[in-house]
Amino acid sequence: MKEERYQMAYYPELLLNELGTNEEMDNSRNPLPVSLQRKTLKLPTLPESEIVRHYTHLSQMNYGIDTGIYPLGSCTMKYNPKISEEIANWDVVTQVHPYQDDTTIQGSLQIMFELEKLLCVITGMDAFTLQPAAGAHGELLGMLIAQAYHKENGERRDEVIISDSAHGTNPASAKMAGYTVIEIPSHEGVVDLDALRSVLSSKTAAFMLTNPNTLGIFEKDILEISSEVKKAGALLYYDGANMNAIMGKARPGDMGFDIVHLNLHKTFAAPHGGGGPGAGPVGVRKDFKKFLPIPRIRRDKKYFFSYAHPKSLGKISQFYGNFPVLLKAYIYIIMNGGDGLTKITERAVHNANYMLDRLKNSSYLIPFGKKRMHEFVASAINLKREKGIRALDIAKRLMDYGFHAPTIYFPLIVNEALMIEPTETETKKSLDDYIDALIKISKEEPSIVKTAPHHTSFQRIDEVEATKNAIHNWKEIARLSVSK
Amino acid sequence: MATQNLSMPPKKNRLNNIEAFFTDIPKKILLKKFDIPKGISEMETKNKLKHILKKNIPFDEAPSFLGGSVKPHYVPAVVKAIVNRSEFFTSYTPYQPEFSQGILHVLFEYQSMIAELTGMDTINISTYDSATALGEAALMSSRITKKNRFIIPANISWEKKTVLRNYVNNLGMEIQELRYQDDGLVDISELNTKDVAGVYIENPNFFGIFDTRLDEIRETTENTILIVGINPLGLALMRPPNEYGADIIIGEGQGLGNHLNLGGSLLGIFGCKKNHVRMMPGKIVGATHDKNGKRAYCMTLQTREQHIRREKATSNICSNEALCAVGATVYLALLGGLGLQELAITNMERANHLAALLKKYGFSFPFKKQFFNDFVAISPINSKKLNDALLKRKFQGGLILKNWFPELGESFLFGVTEMHSIELINGFAEEIHEILQTIEKT
Ligand SMILES: Cc1ncc(COP(=O)(O)O)c(C=O)c1O
Repeated sequence: MKEERYQMAYYPELLLNELGTNEEMDNSRNPLPVSLQRKTLKLPTLPESEIVRHYTHLSQMNYGIDTGIYPLGSCTMKYNPKISEEIANWDVVTQVHPYQDDTTIQGSLQIMFELEKLLCVITGMDAFTLQPAAGAHGELLGMLIAQAYHKENGERRDEVIISDSAHGTNPASAKMAGYTVIEIPSHEGVVDLDALRSVLSSKTAAFMLTNPNTLGIFEKDILEISSEVKKAGALLYYDGANMNAIMGKARPGDMGFDIVHLNLHKTFAAPHGGGGPGAGPVGVRKDFKKFLPIPRIRRDKKYFFSYAHPKSLGKISQFYGNFPVLLKAYIYIIMNGGDGLTKITERAVHNANYMLDRLKNSSYLIPFGKKRMHEFVASAINLKREKGIRALDIAKRLMDYGFHAPTIYFPLIVNEALMIEPTETETKKSLDDYIDALIKISKEEPSIVKTAPHHTSFQRIDEVEATKNAIHNWKEIARLSVSK
Repeated sequence: MATQNLSMPPKKNRLNNIEAFFTDIPKKILLKKFDIPKGISEMETKNKLKHILKKNIPFDEAPSFLGGSVKPHYVPAVVKAIVNRSEFFTSYTPYQPEFSQGILHVLFEYQSMIAELTGMDTINISTYDSATALGEAALMSSRITKKNRFIIPANISWEKKTVLRNYVNNLGMEIQELRYQDDGLVDISELNTKDVAGVYIENPNFFGIFDTRLDEIRETTENTILIVGINPLGLALMRPPNEYGADIIIGEGQGLGNHLNLGGSLLGIFGCKKNHVRMMPGKIVGATHDKNGKRAYCMTLQTREQHIRREKATSNICSNEALCAVGATVYLALLGGLGLQELAITNMERANHLAALLKKYGFSFPFKKQFFNDFVAISPINSKKLNDALLKRKFQGGLILKNWFPELGESFLFGVTEMHSIELINGFAEEIHEILQTIEKT
């Protein structure tokens, strides 16, 4: 076990403007009329070597999946195959313009065409668009499709139902598409059918659900749920953030979902990039195909972009989606194959359950039964009551062992939630070390845990102060009351 | 070997029955057959991808002169080296700042440099692209003013228009377009901002033209939210939008150290003045300190965001384009202010060089104003025909505008950057000249 031998790198790194010099702006060659010319531009100048050192130092004060386990629940932080990065850096990928003639991008078009088909097979949907740039973006498109669908049927439905365990993007996306959000309480960690029935009505446009849900529990009643939703004339929307639990085992299309988004930066091993770019393709049943964004990708000897789709919603992104991310997902799917993807699912679920099993007899509470899919949520409520240790403290203390924290305080229905998703790419040793650390922390002196982390580049960071300061650029840094 | 890096199953018996994990899935829908071909090795994968992707023709093999928000720019090796550091690109959104100071520090520098360029106070760490940035800006203007009418120039890209509509249509917002004048600038003479949430103006605009009426813009939009669409490179020369009253800026940051990538992985730049910051979408990094008083950074004002405010959030955005912002930061660090200015001048000179040659060969220029690195030129022959002929000669011509601006006839939007050397431009113009001559003869 790593324990306190872990020590994150620390460099007292200044800001670029404190490292470099600001040269005077020279407008002698500025072709614009003087009245339009800018007078100053304070972007510092530094030698290349210093710039490389600066950002190399910073990278060493950053933890990624290549550094170690990163079991953020719901985020599916799995290892990202290096081959995908290599290919995504080829000139035939990077040096291709979105307005190029279709005949000169046959490779990219083929990959997108085939990826759409592969995602259809994986999800059981009839058609896909690759345009959305992230999961939430896909949700927004999905909700716009729901709007278009009901409108075409001459219906006014302005409510979208979500579960209280839903991810925050679900209600936010529904709202942006013009819907009123109705939240239903879950029961024992799953959808309460009665609660659902009681809000379903002729006003319901859609029910947004992820399955397994954010507690990692498979919604066993999914077929009843879907038939209730259909009965009300509403649509069932699948938040595919948790697809890693069922790929190759079950498909949202077979569960009765009408519209689906996937997060290629989760299940399909595209790296998260420190926050993006991601990709959130949307899949639909036949009836909704006509609403998908343009261009569609078609083949007629050659591949081409097709724009003549009068019912299409138009565009949701400027171009065709985040191609490098799409490419990485494609590589991941063909390299692993159907057999490999199924094994991945099994191992992901296995790993989560293995960890859960080991945590059972600890101070952590596991609400809602003991069976989970690819992730589970533990509660630190006992530790909070007994020792004053919160989920946040545990998250910080884990860093002292060299591990990234789980997702904390989500889903909102579990107090002091620690949401753990190990993914399939962790070894048994890695899982054991993590659980050992969690258990050890639960027995540690509260004063150590509550003041953690101690072995990171920085100790606990004051987020409240950041809000108060409202310092968002280096010009404002003088207002910060501390030294560099 | 297909599935890599999987952990070995622990020996504990009760975990060995994999099927037991999936018993909650109704039998009826358990997948019987997973119709995806068997996995292949890494080597086979690479060969297959090579085979597929060689059907793409990259810039080097058929240089393009396509105008619009996305253009080929040189990506320095340093930018690639830093962006490809896996400590950055395999990390998640930095929710745990103690473990993520590296990227938070970089993103704070990003915010600072874009703030310097644009004169705004707060820049978010990105939106998906400049089109969704416009959608978000329209929604933000409506949140600030509680009004619903949003005004845009008729001459912006069709992509921006359609994305904008998708962002605002269902929220009761109404889009109104302003025609453009004979000089290619949007007509603001009759702009009435009563009951208007916001006005969007691009500078330089979609036709590449610099707007010279800065005082007029400021005055006519005084009582509403002014959103300026910027080109970050152009701002190395041009007065920043805060000087003419911008409340919000948006723009495309792809050109700052990011590749074309078929228009994927773009960088939506989004910023505003401090007084509106609580209405802003997206993630923001703020400066603070750690327990020992060391200066540190973390994501801030998160109570605006979906994971806390849910349907009351300022936006649904969660994952964004942070790594592209990292690329932009390193890029701006490498160039510095002077380097960026030099690059902007080069872009402008090259564009003018091409324009001059095209003029010589019979192209006409509908707009007489000074342009940056995009310009509109009308071809003496059918634009599609010209592009097809160019393609045979291993060139991508300009962007054909006919579909969206039929009034401009056989017009192109040409885009020229430092990637287009003088020799390349000369060669391109020479090909056009030859094509025109052959067609004349036949
Ligand atoms: C359950 C769930 N839904 C939706 C999202 C949103 O996805 P993205 O961050 O790609 O927009 C996430 C990820 O954060 C998620 O975990």
